[in-house]
Amino acid sequence: MEDTLTPHTVNAAKELKPPVTEVGIIGWMKANLFNGWFNTALTLLVLYLLWLTVPPLINWAFIESSWFSTGDQCKAGEGACWSVVTANIRFILFGFYPHDLQWRPLLAVVILVSLLFYSQNRNHWKKSLFYGWLIGLFTMGLLLKGGLFGLDVVETSKWGGLPLTLLLSVFGLTAAYPLGIMLALGRQSRMPVIKSFSVVYIELIRGVPLISLLFMSSVVFPLFLPEGVSINNILRAQVAIILFTAAYIAEVVRGGLQGVGQGQYEAADSLGLNYFQTMRLIILPQALKIVIPPSVSVLISAFKDTSLVVIIALYDLLKTTQTTLSDPQWMGYSAEAYIFVALIYFVCCFSMSNYSRRLEKELDTSL
Amino acid sequence: MNTSAPEKIPFLRDPAKLSILYQIFTLLGVGLLSYYLVNNTLANLERQSISTGFGFLDKESSFEIGEALIQYSAADSYGRALFVGFLNTLIVSFIGIILTVILGTILGIARLSSNWLVAKLSAIYIELFQDIPVLLQLFFWYAFFYEVLPSPRQALNPIPGLFLCNRGMIFGVPLWHEAYKYAMVAFIIGGIAVFFLKRWARKRQEATGKIFPTVKVSLLLLIGLPLLAWSLTGAPTEMSVPKLSGFNFKGGITISPEFAALLLGLVLYTAAFVAEVVRAGIQSVGKGQTEAAISIGLKQGQVLNLVILPQALRVIVPPLTSQLLNLTKNSSLAVAIGFPDFVSVAGTTINQTGQAIEGVALIMIVYLIFSLSTSAVMNWYNKKIALVER
Repeated sequence: MEDTLTPHTVNAAKELKPPVTEVGIIGWMKANLFNGWFNTALTLLVLYLLWLTVPPLINWAFIESSWFSTGDQCKAGEGACWSVVTANIRFILFGFYPHDLQWRPLLAVVILVSLLFYSQNRNHWKKSLFYGWLIGLFTMGLLLKGGLFGLDVVETSKWGGLPLTLLLSVFGLTAAYPLGIMLALGRQSRMPVIKSFSVVYIELIRGVPLISLLFMSSVVFPLFLPEGVSINNILRAQVAIILFTAAYIAEVVRGGLQGVGQGQYEAADSLGLNYFQTMRLIILPQALKIVIPPSVSVLISAFKDTSLVVIIALYDLLKTTQTTLSDPQWMGYSAEAYIFVALIYFVCCFSMSNYSRRLEKELDTSL
Repeated sequence: MNTSAPEKIPFLRDPAKLSILYQIFTLLGVGLLSYYLVNNTLANLERQSISTGFGFLDKESSFEIGEALIQYSAADSYGRALFVGFLNTLIVSFIGIILTVILGTILGIARLSSNWLVAKLSAIYIELFQDIPVLLQLFFWYAFFYEVLPSPRQALNPIPGLFLCNRGMIFGVPLWHEAYKYAMVAFIIGGIAVFFLKRWARKRQEATGKIFPTVKVSLLLLIGLPLLAWSLTGAPTEMSVPKLSGFNFKGGITISPEFAALLLGLVLYTAAFVAEVVRAGIQSVGKGQTEAAISIGLKQGQVLNLVILPQALRVIVPPLTSQLLNLTKNSSLAVAIGFPDFVSVAGTTINQTGQAIEGVALIMIVYLIFSLSTSAVMNWYNKKIALVER
């Protein structure tokens, strides 16, 4: 039995292992870092630059940094002063919201995040989820505003920080979507009046910066209203964001509408469906499925763009951070505070864009 | 059976008539809404006694602007102040676009590099800078210039002639001399010569098949002619070097922290998006194209110039246009860090005159002109490089 054909005896060549320089870590390094003189030089240069920058950075951010101290103690230290974040975390996150009621915005954010997490799975996309979102959004509004079930009323002027940022972007996108669909349909319409209105609106809004719309909402819009009527500034900014986002959604949806074949329209016509039935039952379900990934991109930019409300003095996440930094005790630690805020934005946007990429792969039925 | 007379369609079922009805309703709706708003606005303006019209443009502005490319003082008119802002926006966008395209292209190519380290670092950069709001990045760089960099007395001096401090970036420039004017004229003449040389070379190649070394001769013309003009008119080498005097630098050119922060923030942010556009464009050209080009004996540079780039550019140009437009629109965020761009000057004007409608309208018109003209140019270019189909 021993001398029967085992792989050992069949082919001596197989026993020879590949040279150690071609496999394992060394082989990988040779193939990916040091193939050719140019890549070798590039690798060495990059490594040198990393050596120059990374250790001092780590030293600054972690080793010599102070995490829970006062501003004066920070001044004595050499490293980063993360205390500026830890000492003011509640103000940065919730702004001027009454101190002992801050569990309410916190709960609202938790509800929103868990709804988002639950909605990630496409198996959960049913009608009940839609109602879940309606209830969730209503609960969030109730938690922030109060007034029912014995909750104290908190004026909108006191809203701020992260809840405000999330509110502006989530409500902005939710309200902008129907408007955007209408604009996209209008742009595709054969009726000249409706088509030209839609085209002018979309191109006008896409041609100007968001900041001009925010200016408009804060200085021009009050002039539009009849005497005695006023709308609070958060709502005005929200309207500006909705009007702005809708134009971008319209272009995304238009892409989806153009992706639905002509045959679908003709088939619907031959079934005798009228325009609204055709759109509601045949075209939009297909078109909207195509545009889910680009819609997430619009959501990401809407989320980032809400930071612009700083300029019209709303207390969103960025503005509360700046206010903290204008406190003499914490002056001069902008880098640390901004890095913290950047981290929040990055985590949100990165997970959204990752999700959109995954969704794109899942929904891709072309191959 | 009576087939000759068509069946009468009820009014509300006839799509043609319905469409007219819808359009009339839309017109009425928009008309009524605008009438209502205009009416309210006029009443409000009268009540607050705000004047209307663009008459304010001729009035004295009585505010200073930190940075102006043209002569400006508080005694000048609002019109001139707005023009200063307009030029500032233009210069930031122009320099920003050039730097963004360069950095974005490098990053996009680096992301596809066969060098693992370079590709990964580039990917991290792109992901990181795309996902942080540009306004936050502007604030960060602005704080960096004001808080991290030292005062002029302890200015950093990384290379001779260049100083970094919290007053901005100061560097030496050649002292003005007549010779530079001639060199510039020579450069323009060189450019015109290159244009005609290219046409002539192409015609000759089409007629005879002979290839003229256009690139080398063009470079020689563009660099050689100005150099010749410069040396013939005296070859001045005197420099205006920044020197510390008192609390600030004298001489050289100063780039203010506001301008530097704005430019840095915009370029680093937009370049991340441009890099993705460039990567997608390069990836859209199949590997077979490169292999085919090499197999018919083209050199490395020719493969890139004649085969890869023409195809990749077709994919790159449309999204690149929208990214560069985004940069132009985002330059309006200058108002948040105090750089006097058009929006910032217009904001000051609105505050002083109270004429909000005119001010916001001006902002919108200016940006619309930017957007429409950029897309017009890019559409023309796109048509020029588009696939010629039979």
